[in-house]
Amino acid sequence: MNSVRVPHRLCCLRAVVKKEFRQIGRDARTLIFLVVMPGFLLLMFGFALNFDVKHVPLAVCDEDGSAAAREFIGNFTHTEYFDLKYELSDPREVDRLLGEEKVRVALVVPLGFATDLAAGRDPAVQVLVDGANASSASTAVGYISAIVQNDAVRMTTRLLHDRGLKGFVLPLASDVRVWYNPELRSAIFLVPGLMAFILMVILVVSTAFSVVREKERGTMEQIMVSPLKPGELIVGKTVPYIFISLVSSHLVLLLGRVLFGVAIKGNYLLLLLTMTLFLIGGLGQGLLISTVTRTQQVAFQLAILSTFLPTFILSGFVFPVRNMPPVVQALTYLVPAKYFLVALRSIIIKGAGLRAFWDQVLCLAAFAAIMLGISTLRMKRGKR
Amino acid sequence: MTGNSIEVRDLTRVFGKFTAVDHVTFDVRRGEIFGFLGANGAGKSTTIRMLCGLLGPTSGTATVGGFDIGREPDRVKERIGYMSQKFSLYEDLTVDENISFFGGVYGLSRDRVREKMPWVLEMAGLWGRERSLTRELSVGWKQRLALGCAILHEPEIVFLDEPTGGVDPVSRRNFWELINRLSGGGVTVFVTTHYLDEAEYCNDIRLIYAGRLVAGGSPREMKRTYIRNPILEVECDRVVDAMEMLQKEDWVLETSIFGAYLHVSVGDEAEGKAKVRRLLEANGIAVRRMDRIVPSLEDVFIQRIEQESGDGDSRGTK
Repeated sequence: MNSVRVPHRLCCLRAVVKKEFRQIGRDARTLIFLVVMPGFLLLMFGFALNFDVKHVPLAVCDEDGSAAAREFIGNFTHTEYFDLKYELSDPREVDRLLGEEKVRVALVVPLGFATDLAAGRDPAVQVLVDGANASSASTAVGYISAIVQNDAVRMTTRLLHDRGLKGFVLPLASDVRVWYNPELRSAIFLVPGLMAFILMVILVVSTAFSVVREKERGTMEQIMVSPLKPGELIVGKTVPYIFISLVSSHLVLLLGRVLFGVAIKGNYLLLLLTMTLFLIGGLGQGLLISTVTRTQQVAFQLAILSTFLPTFILSGFVFPVRNMPPVVQALTYLVPAKYFLVALRSIIIKGAGLRAFWDQVLCLAAFAAIMLGISTLRMKRGKR
Repeated sequence: MTGNSIEVRDLTRVFGKFTAVDHVTFDVRRGEIFGFLGANGAGKSTTIRMLCGLLGPTSGTATVGGFDIGREPDRVKERIGYMSQKFSLYEDLTVDENISFFGGVYGLSRDRVREKMPWVLEMAGLWGRERSLTRELSVGWKQRLALGCAILHEPEIVFLDEPTGGVDPVSRRNFWELINRLSGGGVTVFVTTHYLDEAEYCNDIRLIYAGRLVAGGSPREMKRTYIRNPILEVECDRVVDAMEMLQKEDWVLETSIFGAYLHVSVGDEAEGKAKVRRLLEANGIAVRRMDRIVPSLEDVFIQRIEQESGDGDSRGTK
């Protein structure tokens, strides 16, 4: 008579992990999707999503032609914010250039600029800005006002100085210092957000297929009649993806460093801990989708739907959460990328310790536990 | 311990308004080949899925290997092997990878899997093809491999759900040799099929029709119990016309077409033969041969199902 062997739980789990690794390894598309796609997306989005306004095409019409006018214009052309594209003699041409989008800013220095200045009269300079893109236009206006202000102050002090008021200083001067991102590069702010966004989409999509594919192919039935426990199947399916997504996360970090100069200021181990929890949560969400759906097609749609827009809009990646209406703010608590993003920015940009974001880490851990827990329960119920 | 591997009592499964399995009761003795027969949709798969713990029963009970399927599903799972009509192997894994995966899932240690590997390869006839991807194997091979994977852990009971569907006759024959070997080794084999020739290999058979058991016993018992009247095999012209003519006569109990021949069930052999010949020849149909035959299981099933559906109709009109 056959003796019944009590199954070794570890053998069960190991078999699932091994099988998943083999299947992923044999499926070049999944592997490329998991490992290469995040880096590629970072590259694409990283360069496209740039809120810095630099190298704005500029047209100049210098009707005065004096040394003072040239000096004033030089304040614009000697920065990296503006690129001098056209030097015009007729101010009417400005209209055409702006209309055809050849330039976005035009500067007209009227005849008599130098003489007015020397006489202490108020010379008017015309600045025309293309306001079609409100955001970059307002940034450009900001630069322009700053440059004009600066020059006005410089000219005033020189004038006063020439008139004998030596030692004159402005009564009030601000000394603004920007911390963490002194050059105010948007990349420093955006790259961590992009990492969270890209990883979330990739993670959920990759595991969303894993259970439903077995249902479609009929292998799930074979597993269901075995003594393998639902929890073992879920954990066994998660483990290989954790390793692989850790590799792709590091690739993204490396690219962020090399291409966008985003270095990790904080503790690497803390980053690893936060990242791993986030990865497990994302993979868990994918698995949950996989356990509730019947076809791979529906699973894919659900995966994209539940990650793409929520992560883009509600995570604080682009739009700050605190500016949202309360109802929408409440919704953001369902988006794990939000917690990850706060922690990630703290670690990468500020170099902060766990004290600054322990609550976020806790939320990530809870999210991961809930996702895997519900997936396991769903697997159990699925039998009936 | 009783001599029964499986005991089923009033097992019922309802899907919405449809009763797929209706108060089914039977026993399967240890070490026998038990055939569960019926048309597609008769309730074969639903029953097997309940016994394997894939589906919960609506009512009724069953024990498999001495354990209740509802209360101790894990004990049941350790004792059974299952192979379904769909080949539940991983097509993107190689032969040996499939074997070690299913070995692992059943809790076999790596050493144990290594020990069993040659045995499965030998059984499936896949020596030298360990490293082939499963999707490259022919259907017959896949099936033998699937069976190998299902019995790696040496289960007491093996459930085979239409294991020979879509396979050529030679592979079917080979597969049944494997089943015989298993049974010879003391394993209980529970097999569903709709190939009636396969039913002849079984020690015990149940016929399920519209969710209810309508016949049971060994093949010989079934032929004796359900067919008391002689069956004549008639070789003649215009078989369909001949059948229609015979069906109108009240002394003809059953008629059915078997290939090019006609099977006619009559009350008495000699009298029947004379009457059939007279009727057909009177209508210009030449009778070339007429013999009394040993009924096949097919005769039994057709008769039982016709009676059952007849009963069903009369019930429906009341």
